Amino acid sequence: MLDYVSFLQNLSNGLLIGGVYALIGVGLTLVFGVMKTINFAHGDFVILGMYCAVLLNTLFGWDPYLTLLVAMPLGFLTGAILQRLVLSRLVEAPPESSLLVTLGLALVIGNILLLTFGAEPQSVHVAYASSTLSLGEISLSVILLLAGLATLIVITALYAILNHTELGRSIRATADNRLGAELVGINTRWIEAVVFGIGMALAVTAGVVLIPLLFATPTFSGAIFTLKAFVVTVLGGLGNIGAAIAGGLLLGVVEVLGASYLTSDYRDAYGLLVFLLVLLLRPEGLFGKTVKRV
Amino acid sequence: MTEQTPSVLNVQNVDLGYGSLKVVFNASLKVRAGELVGLIGGNGSGKSTMLRAVSGMIKPWRGTIHFDGQEVSGRKPHEMARLGLAHVPMGRQLFGNMTVHDNLLLGASLPQARAKRDENLERVHALFPDLKEYARDKAAQLSGGQQQMVAIARALMLGPKMLLLDEPSLGLSPLLVKDVMAAIRRVADTGMPILLVEQNVKQVLQVSDRAYVLENGHQVLDGPSAELQGNDMIKKAYLGL
Repeated sequence: MLDYVSFLQNLSNGLLIGGVYALIGVGLTLVFGVMKTINFAHGDFVILGMYCAVLLNTLFGWDPYLTLLVAMPLGFLTGAILQRLVLSRLVEAPPESSLLVTLGLALVIGNILLLTFGAEPQSVHVAYASSTLSLGEISLSVILLLAGLATLIVITALYAILNHTELGRSIRATADNRLGAELVGINTRWIEAVVFGIGMALAVTAGVVLIPLLFATPTFSGAIFTLKAFVVTVLGGLGNIGAAIAGGLLLGVVEVLGASYLTSDYRDAYGLLVFLLVLLLRPEGLFGKTVKRV
Repeated sequence: MTEQTPSVLNVQNVDLGYGSLKVVFNASLKVRAGELVGLIGGNGSGKSTMLRAVSGMIKPWRGTIHFDGQEVSGRKPHEMARLGLAHVPMGRQLFGNMTVHDNLLLGASLPQARAKRDENLERVHALFPDLKEYARDKAAQLSGGQQQMVAIARALMLGPKMLLLDEPSLGLSPLLVKDVMAAIRRVADTGMPILLVEQNVKQVLQVSDRAYVLENGHQVLDGPSAELQGNDMIKKAYLGL
């Protein structure tokens, strides 16, 4: 039953879609690392990216990948502004208030989209939607390959920014020790705005590269993506970017393998199942540091 | 060190407190150019409150604080940093998951320090040659004593006019305390004025030039450290002699 070629086929599909999940998870984990806030509107940022692509495609007939040039900077700016206007007011507030505020943000975004675009699921059809590239006996969908490629480029760029720039060093320092960062004179409020902007830009990018593959619905799919992002980050261990990437790839592979070898009806459930297993057996995440309880 | 040497820090007759609770009563202290000054006292003596006032975390109720010739009472900590006061906090507050090298570079985050970063890095490496060896290690992997050196070195990367050290001996073994105190003396010998706030009275009196003793918020003694070491009250209360 389990023949070699179709397994490799599924595995590569899983890794490609998992790359996009990783992109979503990395944004969530980066924001958590610096702000210690779980952004429950993260999935809705993904949907915003999808609708951005839908809108520019309907208006100007733009290819989704062209929209990235607009969507990424716009996502960054919107995120930074949202942080300054809304989340920055909660620095002194108890942690549950940022949770409620991001949930509220998710509701507002979903309903604005519903009001603007209607409840009908929407997508962008691209001419190369059904093209494939053959690699030996495996054939890879071009849109999945492009999604994987875009993810690779964006995550590599993020890695370079975090590890090889002054800004990146300040971001890592703020995530590592906020008080220490303030003492050496880093403007942590500004860093937070930048990081929230980066998180939103990553989510929006994921949305844009997913739109040729999936339908966007305004109020429903946001929650699903938030959930997936949460699964990805907790799988890997919250606050660790490398682990979020691994978590994303794992989630993609589990979903695709489950859908093809068991039943595709429960595609979203397989990820959650693995998530539960990991929480049961390794609550610190697959790559998290083991915390010994005394 | 004479009375005429200009003071970098001059705290005059301050009352300090929190809410309606007064903790420090009419205290004064001076740190002159090139001096290592100890501020000592037990738990609840008010020395941490004095330090908070100097570093800008609280505003004095009464009295004045002059730093580098300017009245600074009520300035915020980041403003004090910009004026050239480098604060090595209690518990060090290093970036534990980052390399020692990154920690040092981050010490020069302010624009004025960024410009002199390479120069200051060389100076810091000359003072703490070990740090060069650990440059690629994560700060959290170092021993407590080494971490304290990194914290002091990070503060020096600001290119400060004065160092403020808060309980650098906290949590260190006696042997490491000696190392850290020797390192602080080395830094002072480069001409850097230092205010050293400590519970470890014995060690402070051995390395510092002058010291102030606080008890229950009142300044009970001050003078050259060598003299204080011979003081009967100090011997009884702090040195266990």
